[in-house]
Amino acid sequence: MTGESLYPRLEPLLAQVQKPIQYVGGELNAQVKAWDDVAVHWALMYPDAYEVGLPNQGLMILYEVLNERPDALAERTYAVWPDLAALMRAHGVGQFTVDAHRAVRDFDVLGVSFATELGYTNLLEALDLAGIPLHAVDRDETHPVVVAGGHAAFNPEPIADFVDCAVLGDGEQAVGDVTDVVKAWKESGRPGGREELLARLARVDGVYVPRFHAVSYGPDGAIAAVTRTRDDVPARVGKRTVMDLDEWPYPKTPLVPLAESVHERMSVEIFRGCTRGCRFCQAGMITRPVRERTITGIGSMVDQGLRATGYEEVGLLSLSSADHSEIAQVAKELADRYEGTNTGLSLPSTRVDAFNVTLANELSRNGRRSGLTFAPEGGSERIRRVINKTVSKEDLVRTVTTAYANGWQQVKLYFMCGLPTETDEDVLEIAELAVEVIRAGREASGRKDIRCTVSIGGFVPKPHTPFQWAGQASAETIDHRLRVLRQAINADRRIGRSIGLRYHDGKPGVIEGLLSRGDRRVGRVIERVWREGGRFDGWSEHFSYERWVAAAAEELAPFGVDLDWFTTRERTQDEVLPWDHLDSGLDKEWLWDDWQEALSEEEVADCRWTPCYDCGVCPTMGTEIQIGPTGRSLLPLTVVGH
Amino acid sequence: MARSPEGPPPPPTVQKLRLRYAKRGPLRFASHRDLARALERALRRSRVPMAYSAGFTPHPKISYVGAAPTGAASEAEYLEIGLAQRRDPEEVRAALDASLPPGIDVLECVEAAEGGGSLADRIDAARWSIELPGIEPAELSAALATFLARDEVTVAKRTKNGLRDVDARGPVASATAGGAAGRAILHVVVRQVTPAVRPDDVVAALAAVADLRPPSPPRAVREAQGRLDDSGTVADPLGPDRAARTRCQGEHAAV
Repeated sequence: MTGESLYPRLEPLLAQVQKPIQYVGGELNAQVKAWDDVAVHWALMYPDAYEVGLPNQGLMILYEVLNERPDALAERTYAVWPDLAALMRAHGVGQFTVDAHRAVRDFDVLGVSFATELGYTNLLEALDLAGIPLHAVDRDETHPVVVAGGHAAFNPEPIADFVDCAVLGDGEQAVGDVTDVVKAWKESGRPGGREELLARLARVDGVYVPRFHAVSYGPDGAIAAVTRTRDDVPARVGKRTVMDLDEWPYPKTPLVPLAESVHERMSVEIFRGCTRGCRFCQAGMITRPVRERTITGIGSMVDQGLRATGYEEVGLLSLSSADHSEIAQVAKELADRYEGTNTGLSLPSTRVDAFNVTLANELSRNGRRSGLTFAPEGGSERIRRVINKTVSKEDLVRTVTTAYANGWQQVKLYFMCGLPTETDEDVLEIAELAVEVIRAGREASGRKDIRCTVSIGGFVPKPHTPFQWAGQASAETIDHRLRVLRQAINADRRIGRSIGLRYHDGKPGVIEGLLSRGDRRVGRVIERVWREGGRFDGWSEHFSYERWVAAAAEELAPFGVDLDWFTTRERTQDEVLPWDHLDSGLDKEWLWDDWQEALSEEEVADCRWTPCYDCGVCPTMGTEIQIGPTGRSLLPLTVVGH
Repeated sequence: MARSPEGPPPPPTVQKLRLRYAKRGPLRFASHRDLARALERALRRSRVPMAYSAGFTPHPKISYVGAAPTGAASEAEYLEIGLAQRRDPEEVRAALDASLPPGIDVLECVEAAEGGGSLADRIDAARWSIELPGIEPAELSAALATFLARDEVTVAKRTKNGLRDVDARGPVASATAGGAAGRAILHVVVRQVTPAVRPDDVVAALAAVADLRPPSPPRAVREAQGRLDDSGTVADPLGPDRAARTRCQGEHAAV
């Protein structure tokens, strides 16, 4: 019987594994609907451990949106750790959802949200555990339709063999359209089988079905052409964009796990999209234009969410939260509302300016002042011009010093290394900066115990960005730069002991690079790595660089390409990129020009304040920037209870 | 020179409530930390006027007593909370129970009697029932006889500091076999010692002395916690508070 609970068979296994609570569901605000009451069943997967996947906003939003439909249900599933996977295989228990412990195999649609490409091996593991054929071509009409979403879906080519479709862009409306198509097809007796269902899905705005696009390669190993194999599907697939965020106030009742998760707070997305134009930032490029939630919309989501969850902290999320047109008022009025309630407000922001400190002071007046984070991203003024994140060294030091003077003891600075045109000198400036920040901070605050943590990782060029043509720095280059940086920081112990350095070595970034800018040939590498035991590649204790390198060498050799070809090689302007037929709205010529301007260290302005349609997104997608100010304000909440 | 919290100190505790709650069904897989988080959030959702500690990171006043291990169900978990405003215990119980996920069920709430001592002091033993799937009651009886005849049965126990040998026999005050065909149930009263002897340790001890090995994992339920009296009964730790309450109400009635 489909939709039956696997729990009675799962339960004895749970007694034998680590952290069994992550597999039992029952979270506050979780929903279980009767199987037979609905036409379309969605399993939503976050392909990483429960503790990472549960707080994911995208999945939570779709879970609610789908469950609100009377004709659909949605349940969640996460990657299972190897200890349980081994027991499940031994006892014939398939990949299950945590809500009603139903077999993923029984659902109509398996939607997988990829925030990072390092989840690909976990997709294969879940498919295999579920008893779903790994390759889309081997599935029949009884198998779920496997749909990829999330930012990585803007180049799903490396997983094209394993997924049936990918949804580009915002999912809120797209999942509804997919549901309609699946429902109509099922109710009319599944005409034309799986092929027909996929053809219908391919005609849904934003849905890409890789099997209807054939890829050919030239003698140099590069793509010669991508051509559609059916006339009735679009040649280029454009992304979806939700225009009015206030109409989509999700999640309304965020899930609260019993188990510990990576984010012990609730989040409210205050705007989507970003037009700062940081050239390394895929999120900022593919989510244009900026669409703000109004101050009153934010206020009611915070209020409703806190009442529904009991969380003590609210994060005001977006790609650069200090940029909301009414952020000062939002911060002040929320802080007023929650004064004396032990409710913490936080604002993850990447901006480096005094305004950011002012906001942080305002938000922390009700409670905990943890550390303050700034993200200059590049070590030198020169490299910051290259990446279009311009802030002068003086401003940076002044801003951080202001934070110390305001009582913040711990400041975190985020950087990348391996950026295009970067030299050792650019990275070494990070050390100078940190030293100066500590000196000035000690003076301004009059105390010795202030700390600065430098957090740095290797840059990975991403599709649909001006850096999509760049040669990625090798792991050796990254590791070398990190080494010289560490030595420079430790050179003066009296200052160096106040500076912490957190970094990731260069190897995982290279594999992320392969998966980010790979094409369909990379699918064989992923499959090989999974067959050899690769799982949880985002976790250093599970990731094996050697396994990936060996698999890439063997699987790519027959095509005359290799790992370096996909990663450290700089692309030329005329090269067909694997994602060219996927439309983020960005004009490829604009991206190329921006890449050239990056190389000549020229900046580009934010189109929120200097009207500009050059990137192409608004005209192509029929969208417009949606920002305030609205002129509205938050009234004090009526005191409920005590 | 730490930054000091601004404003007046938090209001003091004016009432202490003691609660008994159960963890049931799939939620037996919740750890103590999981439960503590869930309870703290439920207290906020249900707007119980908690008293907070002073300082920069104020914590609600909650003390937990002897949590059952992850994987074990329980009908007798205890905690004490401090309130900044007086509330009717039954209302608190109902509100808290309603805002907790099904499977964490708040069963009782009584006001702590003044000068009645701490809750922890009223608990030194637990009564367990441990279901052994695939084991016959007679098999269990025989194994128990062997086990109880020993003065000491050493089992290796996983602790924070690696494997450690503990005596699983000494703390066992009583043990009997029950249940039905193919599903024996071990009823056992275990004294609190350090490191704790838990249901798994007792089952491991039966394997060690009598080769009793259930084909699938045992399912333990903690049925009671409290002070072990001379008759071998585990007393209700909330009893004294309830008695004081009744006495107090009685005196009022008499006036």
